[in-house]
Amino acid sequence: MEVRVQPDPFDFGAECGAFAAGRSDAGAVVTFAGLVRADGGLSALEIEHYPGMTERAITAIAQEATRRWDLRGCLVIHRHGRLAVGEAIMMVATAAPHRADAFAAAEFLMDYLKSRAPFWKKEIGADGPRWVAARAEDEAALTRW
Amino acid sequence: MSLDVLYFAWLRERVGHGRERVETSAATVRDLVAELSARSDGHAAAFSDLAGLRVALDQDLAEFDAPLAGVREVAFFPPMTGG
Repeated sequence: MEVRVQPDPFDFGAECGAFAAGRSDAGAVVTFAGLVRADGGLSALEIEHYPGMTERAITAIAQEATRRWDLRGCLVIHRHGRLAVGEAIMMVATAAPHRADAFAAAEFLMDYLKSRAPFWKKEIGADGPRWVAARAEDEAALTRW
Repeated sequence: MSLDVLYFAWLRERVGHGRERVETSAATVRDLVAELSARSDGHAAAFSDLAGLRVALDQDLAEFDAPLAGVREVAFFPPMTGG
C-alpha cells in the first residue's frame, strides 16, 4: 500500500507500468486517473489540502479497501497546488488475484477520496476563481459501500 | 486550554488567515464556534451556517457536539472535494 500527496506532476503511464511490473500474485490490475476538465472556460484548478490529515485520511481509506477486498497492492497519488487543464490530478491503482476485487476496490477508493480526504478544489475560470461545491451525489455514493 | 485552530478553503478566506492560537474553556466544538464567531465579522461570516461545515479534531473528522478535552488541533472546512 502506497500513498503519495505531492504538488509535482506524475507520469501516469510509468506509474501504471511500475505498479503492474513483477507481480506473480495478482491476475488483475485496475488503474484510474482523474484529469482537469475544461468546463465552461476553466483554465486551471487550485487544490488546497490539510497537510498531515490528508495522508492520514487516505491511508485509512486504503486500509479499509485492503480489509474489504482481497488486494495484493494499492497505490494512491493525489496532487495539490495549481493544475492546468488536461493535467492528472490523482490516480489510484489496485492489484488483486481476480478483477472483481480490483475494480470494486478502485471504485471504493475513488468514492471515499472525493468526500473524505481533505482536499478542496478552486476553479480558475473566465469569471474569476470559484470554490467547487461538494455534490450531494458524491456523498450519496458512499452509502452503496 | 490553548488550541491551534485551522481554517481551509473559503473559510480561510473569510476568516483572513489559515491558523490561529486560541485560549479557551469551551467544552465542545459548538461552544468554541460561538467564541470564535465573536472574534471578527469574518469569523461570524465563516460560521454563519454550521450545516455546511465540517470539523476535524486532531486530524480526525468529528461532530460539532464533540468534547474538546485533550484536543490540541481543531480544523474547520467546507465539505471536501477531492478526487
